[in-house]
Amino acid sequence: MRTSTRRSRRLVALTAVAALATGLLAGCAEDSDDGSSSDGGGDSSGKTTITVGTFGEFGYKQSGLYDEYMKLHPDIAIKENVTTRTDVYWPKTLTRLQAGSGTDDIQAIEVGNITEAVQTQADKFVDLGKDVDKSQWLDWKTAQATTKDGKTIGLGTDVGPMAVCYRKDLFKKAGLETDRAKLAELWKGDWAKYVDLGKEYMKKAPKGTKYVDSASSVYNAVAGGFSERYYDKGGNVVWDKSEGVKKSWDVAMEVATSDMSAKLKQFDKPWEQAYAKGSFATVACPAWMIGYIQQKAGESGNGKWDVAAAPTASNWGGSFIGVPTASKHQKEAIALAKWLTAPEQQAKVFAKQASFPSTPSVYSTLKPQDDTTAYFSGAPLTQIFSDSAKTSPMQYLGVKDQPIGTSITDVGILQVEQKGKTPDQGWEAATKEIKDVLGQ
Amino acid sequence: MTSSKQALAQPATSADAAPGNQPGAARGAQGRGTPPPGGSSWRSRLYRWDMKASPYAFISPFFIVFGAFSLVPLLYTAWYSLHNVQLADLDKQTWVGLDNYQNLLSSDFFWNSLWVTFVIGVISTVPQLMMAIGIAHLLNYKLRGSTVWRVVMLTPYATSVAAATLVFVLLYSWDGGMINWLLDFIGIDPVNWRESDWGSKFAVSTIVIWRWTGYNALIYLAAMQAIPSDLYESAALDGAGRWQQFRHVTIPMLRPTILFTVVVSTIGATQLFGEPLLFGGVSGSKGGSAHQFQTLGLYMYDQGWIVGNLGKASAIAWSMFLILLIIAVINLVVTRRLRKAQ
Repeated sequence: MRTSTRRSRRLVALTAVAALATGLLAGCAEDSDDGSSSDGGGDSSGKTTITVGTFGEFGYKQSGLYDEYMKLHPDIAIKENVTTRTDVYWPKTLTRLQAGSGTDDIQAIEVGNITEAVQTQADKFVDLGKDVDKSQWLDWKTAQATTKDGKTIGLGTDVGPMAVCYRKDLFKKAGLETDRAKLAELWKGDWAKYVDLGKEYMKKAPKGTKYVDSASSVYNAVAGGFSERYYDKGGNVVWDKSEGVKKSWDVAMEVATSDMSAKLKQFDKPWEQAYAKGSFATVACPAWMIGYIQQKAGESGNGKWDVAAAPTASNWGGSFIGVPTASKHQKEAIALAKWLTAPEQQAKVFAKQASFPSTPSVYSTLKPQDDTTAYFSGAPLTQIFSDSAKTSPMQYLGVKDQPIGTSITDVGILQVEQKGKTPDQGWEAATKEIKDVLGQ
Repeated sequence: MTSSKQALAQPATSADAAPGNQPGAARGAQGRGTPPPGGSSWRSRLYRWDMKASPYAFISPFFIVFGAFSLVPLLYTAWYSLHNVQLADLDKQTWVGLDNYQNLLSSDFFWNSLWVTFVIGVISTVPQLMMAIGIAHLLNYKLRGSTVWRVVMLTPYATSVAAATLVFVLLYSWDGGMINWLLDFIGIDPVNWRESDWGSKFAVSTIVIWRWTGYNALIYLAAMQAIPSDLYESAALDGAGRWQQFRHVTIPMLRPTILFTVVVSTIGATQLFGEPLLFGGVSGSKGGSAHQFQTLGLYMYDQGWIVGNLGKASAIAWSMFLILLIIAVINLVVTRRLRKAQ
């Protein structure tokens, strides 16, 4: 039973080494996620280094744009700092902008944060609206990044025009229409019709499948088609009385209280796995979802997915890039930002990873990769998404757009969908949450 | 604290008491405390100064780093907590007095997170420490390959929170997770672990238990091996069985160690953050749709970085600090009582 003290001393040493090793490992793991420093400046070879800070992959590196630009401008080196999580990226960027140091030379801004940036950080960004042909972007895109006195703090990158992606094979088994044009015609004009089709689907649903991934995705798709959601044109908070929210909520409740939803939470691991398992037959499909499906569903979904026009033109997501005034290489950064968001370059990113351009002039020439087209049964992706992009309404956004939206989807809708609360209880919970967010 | 203070003070007083009259060469051989070289009073003063200041210089790096990265932010947070500070407008700080604290006291979300922190703290710490003692007791027997067992005990602790939690998220997945699959075998309906009120608290606790049990077990083991064997021998002579030996010898001898682990675990439980955040997945800072596993740490993060109300988040941080102080006081009282009882 006894062991010598030497043993116990060795044990203590072992513990200490393990503790130290943990510290080091943890340190490494966290670094890779962050690590964006941008004192920039000329490096040893006399080049000017421009840093680009993004959340997630913007595809600039993947589609070879950086290499191309560096070839065109031999005196420029480009370094990309990617932060994986948006909810980490934005607070960090906000504090750095205000500190006036530590920002990258080009900083990406998500559409959910653009109004906050326009209303509170406009003086921290360079005006990019000068010497640039603003007509090359969709009107509403540039308008979202422009202050009341006409300063454009960000140039549009991608947009998220809406479609519906569906599993042709599952539709067939459930005895539903499978032709994309006829389906689009069937639900045209109203997402409630899309939900009605779900009831049809569930009557003969193939075993282990549901009609849609989640009620929240339907909510976001419907809400993206309204100008007025949480704020009105004048910037007043109207979430509790706006028609957009009411309509979207009602449609989402229809889904949440029925059996047609796979009750997943978007962007969660189980949600990603469900693509591979084929657990649901349709998903609200902004352009950026195309790449997601291909990646997560993998080979098993090849040729089974198809894309149809959404009931209403709508936009979900998209981004901007801006140049902070704290940048030490403003001139070079502005030039790069303009180049990256120019129509030709946006078309190249689209060709690589289907991020849909915010510049309509290239819509007629856009061509997705052949294997992407084949994956989605030869659907005319460009046609469907550009129609939606051109006709989707200008959304009035507000400072707290993102947290309000999250309160509705991840508190209100989730409680009804997963905790079995009634729609009224869900709405009450969302209301309480939003009031907390707004500090009321 | 007191003992270390005395230790610090000692070299200084001995240097005071012994003004130098020995050659400097002796210094290296005889080490500290040797009287300084005689002759030059400048050298003697330097030596005396060295004796007095060096200890402080040696411990100063910790205090400098602590001051810069802990104390200053701590005080700054206190200042913030009395102001209205928004993340998007850091320079505009308006004095609001105790409004942020009042706001907290009247907020259901705050009381909820306090309750959640307490519940998860109890259901993770208690089983964890009890299991740790049991495991330490087993490891204390002569085992084949004892080092291997001990290293294995430490591996969960050496795993990063993120990696471990991701695995647990998959295990607890509602649809197709392994735990629901196992429950299905014994005829229990699948549990929506993340959204159920108690299921989620239980799930988060298991991650904490899994990570920290081995660590505590090793601490207990080290303490157990320091218990003199004659105590067990005399207990055995008096006819005590193994269980009685464990209860009446091991546990009382471990008391200071148990108190230490209780304090450390309580602090850890109060600050619980990474596990519930990652367990929640997307918008994990809400701690579930009904905040069912939103701990104080998560609530602070949510208010500060997601909602952007830094003033309120600072007030939460200080509330957590005060709660820890209260726990420390309770702990002190309990320790005193125990000592008196002995």
